[in-house]
Amino acid sequence: MTCDELQPLVHAYMDNELDPARCLDLERHLEGCDACRRSVQDWQKLRAQLAASKLYFRASDTLRQRIRSRLKQISRAMNSRRPWRSAIATAAMLLLIIGVMWAGIPYFRYAGDGDALAREVVADHVRSLMVDHLTDVQSSDQHTVKPWFDGKIDFSPMVRDFAEQGFPLVGGRLDYLADRPVAALVYHRRQHYINVFLWPAGNAAAEPQKSMNRDGYNVIHWSQQGMNYWMVSNLNEEELLILAGLLRQEL
Amino acid sequence: MPCLDAAHNLARWLTRNDHDAEDLVQEAMLRAFRYFESFRGERGRQWLLTIVRSTFYTRLEKNRGNELHEPMNGEALEIASYEAGPEEMAQRHETALVLRNAIEELPLEFREVLVLREFEGCSYREIADTVNVPIGTVMSRLARAREHLRLRLATTEMGAHL
Repeated sequence: MTCDELQPLVHAYMDNELDPARCLDLERHLEGCDACRRSVQDWQKLRAQLAASKLYFRASDTLRQRIRSRLKQISRAMNSRRPWRSAIATAAMLLLIIGVMWAGIPYFRYAGDGDALAREVVADHVRSLMVDHLTDVQSSDQHTVKPWFDGKIDFSPMVRDFAEQGFPLVGGRLDYLADRPVAALVYHRRQHYINVFLWPAGNAAAEPQKSMNRDGYNVIHWSQQGMNYWMVSNLNEEELLILAGLLRQEL
Repeated sequence: MPCLDAAHNLARWLTRNDHDAEDLVQEAMLRAFRYFESFRGERGRQWLLTIVRSTFYTRLEKNRGNELHEPMNGEALEIASYEAGPEEMAQRHETALVLRNAIEELPLEFREVLVLREFEGCSYREIADTVNVPIGTVMSRLARAREHLRLRLATTEMGAHL
């Protein structure tokens, strides 16, 4: 690395935002270059002065009190409206349950048994990692992965790479779930892999997003625009929800 | 309300005066509360900072013409008075004042990036999301903001030696 190459990286270096390889490069250069070392020290001095200057404006106690009491008022107002809402919600839920029971949907054995399917999803995820068969088509390019599914399944899955948001696409795989072939998309986050299974939901109504934990794996399920989605990973739920959000928006 | 200090600090640097800052924080907190009843932890903080910022820009848009209050001159700066000797204290006070003025005179888009990085410790990614610009822009704004501060400090030090 030359002095000219180093200059634009100085700030990222100080802020710990440089990747390890370039960081090493940069530090090697600093060892042999007094001028650059001094320049980095100057910047670091400025940051130390900023920190020592105590230029942080905390909220006053009066403000804290005022906001707290305002929030309490609002929350009370909201709670007093709530019994109403929950009564309606309960009634709606009851009607829905009765409706489903009447319709009796035994021909789709997973409709009433999300739990069995969740276990199957987890088992598939574990198997995909164990037998080293994570991807059939390995590519971070959505335009390679999407056409690969053509002719292998009877639908065309939405394939997007989210490398920019920290979830790079690793590839795709053909899998078998809920008694049918499904598309599996594989994403990567740090040392974790995420399997996203998707297949057509038929005419079933859209299902809201639901998170669960099975055998230590986080599972998120929803259906949207006629597609079933099941995500599974040992990644923490919070980050998994981000990917779910990304997938949902892209539809 | 663990994120309140962060919200207030950002609001104070954006508005540059206590009165507007408190108003802004209160409005932002109410807005935040309506969307979400509880927010905690790091992600909650980032989310709240984004709301503070967008509330500020909405107000700025509305108040265009009748400018927001300018910062009062000589407003007392609270500086901890621990074991530093009187001379060092004076020196540090001087530096703090220079830095504060230098930050306040930065154009908004540089000021907000600097404050999020130096006072809130946000990562480049978090700043990019909050301010809604690419990471490269965050880096170049941060570099220019710091350059400005260093220049200001250097000029005062030179002045002191004359």
